[in-house]
Amino acid sequence: MARDTAVKASNAVSHKKALAVFLIPFGSLFVLFYVVPILYAIYQSLLTVEREGTFGPAVQVFGGLTQYIAVFQNEPFWASIGRVLLFGVVQVPVMLGVALLLALLLDSPLVRGTKFFRLAFFAPYAVPSVIAAIMWGFLYSPNLSPFTAVTSSVNFLSAELVLWSIANVVTWVYVGYNMLIIYSALLSIPQEIYEAARLDGAGQFRIAFSIKIPLVVPALVLTGIFSIIGTLQLLAEPQVFQSFSNAVTSTFTPNLTIYSTASVPNISLAAAMSVVLALATFVLSFTVLKLTQRRTAS
Amino acid sequence: MTESTDTRTLRTQGTKKPARDGGIRESAVSRTVAMAVMIVATLYFLTPLWWLLVASTKTRSDFTTTNPLWFADFALFDNVAALVTYRDGVFLQWLANSALYAGVGALLATLFAAMAGYAIAKYTFRGRETLFNVILGGVLVPATALALPLFLLFSQAGATNTIWAVLLPSLVSPFGVYLSRIYAAASVPDEIIEAARIDGAGEVRTFFTVATRLMAPALVTIFLFQFVAIWNNFFLPLIMLRDESLFPVTLGLYVWNTQVSQIPDIRALVVIGSLLSIIPLIVTFLALQRFWQSGLANGGLK
Repeated sequence: MARDTAVKASNAVSHKKALAVFLIPFGSLFVLFYVVPILYAIYQSLLTVEREGTFGPAVQVFGGLTQYIAVFQNEPFWASIGRVLLFGVVQVPVMLGVALLLALLLDSPLVRGTKFFRLAFFAPYAVPSVIAAIMWGFLYSPNLSPFTAVTSSVNFLSAELVLWSIANVVTWVYVGYNMLIIYSALLSIPQEIYEAARLDGAGQFRIAFSIKIPLVVPALVLTGIFSIIGTLQLLAEPQVFQSFSNAVTSTFTPNLTIYSTASVPNISLAAAMSVVLALATFVLSFTVLKLTQRRTAS
Repeated sequence: MTESTDTRTLRTQGTKKPARDGGIRESAVSRTVAMAVMIVATLYFLTPLWWLLVASTKTRSDFTTTNPLWFADFALFDNVAALVTYRDGVFLQWLANSALYAGVGALLATLFAAMAGYAIAKYTFRGRETLFNVILGGVLVPATALALPLFLLFSQAGATNTIWAVLLPSLVSPFGVYLSRIYAAASVPDEIIEAARIDGAGEVRTFFTVATRLMAPALVTIFLFQFVAIWNNFFLPLIMLRDESLFPVTLGLYVWNTQVSQIPDIRALVVIGSLLSIIPLIVTFLALQRFWQSGLANGGLK
């Protein structure tokens, strides 16, 4: 008996040591490169620059919510938020709809050669956004495109269309990734569930709508939230498209606005914008999570 | 959140498809429509890559004058030679930098995330759920949102424009911790840890010799997705790096692409460079597909 407790006690000590070994590397990096930057951005956003006279040295002083007032009055920033929201309202449902359709088809008995299709659809995910944007930029440009029949009559790089041309690039890269997540969820549905449906004479469409789609809702929520985050953070694609189209301004998306504000340099205003954007992202993805949870619960 | 994953049984890849009788009942029309959708989708996804491959093999004059979707004079090797010798082979330097940032970054990030996820799954300690929730909150904080604050911090430390400015922030993968926790809970039985304890193996040793083996599919998945995330990362290097010799390949090609209007010849280099920069990723994904697909299927959801 006495020996038993001794072993337990020494175990508890060694667990503590083991826990430290397991948790400290990730924990300290997480604090240094996630938590501290966020706190520092908040701190920086509360500062403002003052000068003594016109040519005096610039001094950073505590400015309270001055920068936040400036953010709320900054029209280009809100215009860029509105632009990516419009983008997201159209692009995210289209992308997830296509991903769901392709995943359902891959999972149905209607299609042969699923392994090939799976890899073909997923391949664009291996293309970095910057490269994808450069590639599509060439494909859109009237004199280089393989599709001159289309590009000579439609200017994909015009002010009206360029947002949707960028949406196509994002869709092209991420459909396969999202499809794979949904497809994995479909694969984990137990076969027995289908048996009853088939006995009742349900066809593939019926099975897809009544059984499969409801069961992959969690996967759709996950992909939806990551897509919303990605949309609000759009940067690489529009940044590249500035080389192809004058319609992509330096305040085209929130992150471009932050980048151009920071290079002015107006660091405190840019920090305040970052904080507002991060909060907006968090609130939006959290709301989607809660709304969909409530709907699937009822 | 995790419990249902622990208990549910999962079908593995390959043993799929509803029973054959279900298939026979489907009409020829549904089959044709389904295959047509798949083929159109394949064309959409692969045509741009095909164009890039074809364009990379062309001479500068054929690039604009011949059919963009079919080969002309085969100049691939000349183009590669031009690319790797341009400005003393700066492109090779960029590729090496990307490999360093993504390779080392993803490897260490996977190790740290796996240890943390395993600890949260297999040990009870005070504040465990709080810790996990904070890390989950980290999943919702996108990398781009951190880029500017990180720049401000690194410039305080005088460490911008160094390898560390890109490498260190890449070592954190909150999503990896999440995936490791779910996967460790589902695939590392408590009995095995107990057995290792009775054999006198230390906790840390048990993790490295027993648990990592059982968690392998999840580890490969975390490694791959972190590798891609770092390889594709653009904002952080854009903000942090001034010195061209430190650029990853994405930033380098971006800068070249902005110069196309001044230096038209550089366009051919952008095209061949784009092709060469995606080949390593496609090869890695293909080589490891068995692992990451089952990793995604088992733990990437819920």
